[in-house]
Amino acid sequence: MMHTDNIPVWKKFGYAPRKSKPRTETLETLIVGGGPIGLALALDLGRKGRDVVLLNALPFIARGSKAICFSKRSLEIYDRLGVGERLLNKGVIWEKGKVFWKGGAEPIYEFDLLPVKDQKFPAFINIQQYYVEEYLLDEIAKYPNIDIRWRHEAIGVARRSDGVLVEVETPDERYGIEARYLLACDGSKSPVRTMLGLDFAGRVFEDNFLIADVKVKAQRPAERWFHFDPPWPGASSLIHKQPDDVWRLDFQLGWNIDKKEAAKPENVEPFVRGLLGPDVAFEFEWLSVYTFQCRRMERFVHDRVIFAGDCAHLVSPFGARGCNGGMQDVDNLAWKLDRVLSGAAPASLLETYDSEAITVADVNILNSTRSTDFMTPKSNAASIFRNAVLELARNHDFARPFVNSGRLSQAVPYCNSPLSTPDEDAFDTGPAPGAPLIDAPLGGGQWLLSKFGEAFKLLSFEGGPSIPSDLPLVSIAPPHNLAFRRYGATGGEAFLIRPDQHVAARWKRPDAGKINAALKRAQGAGAST
Amino acid sequence: MSLILSRNAPAPDDIYEAIIMMHEGLSDEESASVNARLILILANHIGDASTIREAAMIARGDRI
Repeated sequence: MMHTDNIPVWKKFGYAPRKSKPRTETLETLIVGGGPIGLALALDLGRKGRDVVLLNALPFIARGSKAICFSKRSLEIYDRLGVGERLLNKGVIWEKGKVFWKGGAEPIYEFDLLPVKDQKFPAFINIQQYYVEEYLLDEIAKYPNIDIRWRHEAIGVARRSDGVLVEVETPDERYGIEARYLLACDGSKSPVRTMLGLDFAGRVFEDNFLIADVKVKAQRPAERWFHFDPPWPGASSLIHKQPDDVWRLDFQLGWNIDKKEAAKPENVEPFVRGLLGPDVAFEFEWLSVYTFQCRRMERFVHDRVIFAGDCAHLVSPFGARGCNGGMQDVDNLAWKLDRVLSGAAPASLLETYDSEAITVADVNILNSTRSTDFMTPKSNAASIFRNAVLELARNHDFARPFVNSGRLSQAVPYCNSPLSTPDEDAFDTGPAPGAPLIDAPLGGGQWLLSKFGEAFKLLSFEGGPSIPSDLPLVSIAPPHNLAFRRYGATGGEAFLIRPDQHVAARWKRPDAGKINAALKRAQGAGAST
Repeated sequence: MSLILSRNAPAPDDIYEAIIMMHEGLSDEESASVNARLILILANHIGDASTIREAAMIARGDRI
């Protein structure tokens, strides 16, 4: 079994023995992996009434420092799952990034990650991954149809034509599970992917980064501050505020180093004191040295085995595109699998998870690769250009957007999705088919986004003829001008919204025929490209 | 916008001179930095990635 002695514990659950112990169980959906992606997927499917079993090889929530930056879109997804507000209340809200060079007091570049204000959720919150897992588990506890099995480890996987056979090991037994679908959410080193001998191609970047989470009472703004060529050790550094007076510090170390030495507290101290000040009193929460990798599987759907999160695609952390990218997988997969399992959609709908999630992964990998190439120039010429950008940025506004310290995660639209109906009317603005809804206040503490999710719905803007459709209708009346403006609406428009809050189609003059055709297409019935 | 490869500069000697003058008195290292800054300034002036990609291929000697 997996060795767990050296893993720090956030919350202990302990081994969960099975209540009855048949040698082989038959299940509908098995999830392997108890991180934020596996848990969110279990909750999403459980909320839809599906029976779900989730295997977690550990008997606890691990304390180690992992994801901390959760994007607006992830928060919107968590809100649909019932934990968004709890995360927002605990997390540190931030919307601004600042980039400094050579220790200068004035930033050479600043960015605002929420240019469109008045939305329920901020651009980002910082919160330790273990809180996200804990809150998801608290919510999951309300659903008797979700079975979390602590300290059950998948040790064998065999693909069948109509399902998957998984061999499971616990501290006191071995048993088999025959599942219709296996959802692998077991992280970058994915045992499921390895056991199936599947690919995970990509690049390793020749640089090492040191993460130090330190506990310190510091009066600093809740902003993402990135330093290129700082006066303290490291080629670059990044600081982020987390809840509970914990600060995430990240330092760029270079390639030829002794990783073990580099992570020793006495060697990390000069970095911390350099960044936070020579006399600062702090405690280490977590120290680790890592390298950047950008990888993805060629396909995420392998018959009845479906991959989501880091096991399917891996990016460097600058840009917060790892866990947030994985949350978009969850959002995309849950409603499709639910409809396939209930018989409402053909199994081919899952092929669109493969194509849409790969679209997202490729955008995230592209952005992450470009950030990494800026931070870790591959050649002398690349270094010269990077420094030229930084130098120009001090005095010339035009150069500032070229500074790349990470392009932060945003929802990726499903461009050219087979589920989308291309526009036939010209809209000046607003989410195009494939894009996620944009939030807007509806008065009385109500938000547009909260009206959607779980089912196909129509978003309509009052002012035109009544809309001929049996779909649940969310109608926006003229006083809500922000919503009208954000959707490029003047009255009479309709948007067909998927259960994951993405736009499937939109019209200025909707009619029953157009709506029905777009709905069929979005449900995967006539999915043709 | 597509890259102009026909004659477009009425005073080519003036342009050439301005570029050479830019490097006067600079070390090789300083010249490399100044070149990079010049390219970035002009790239922003052009503002179109496909034009710059096309120019970059020609600069490398790649066939397009």
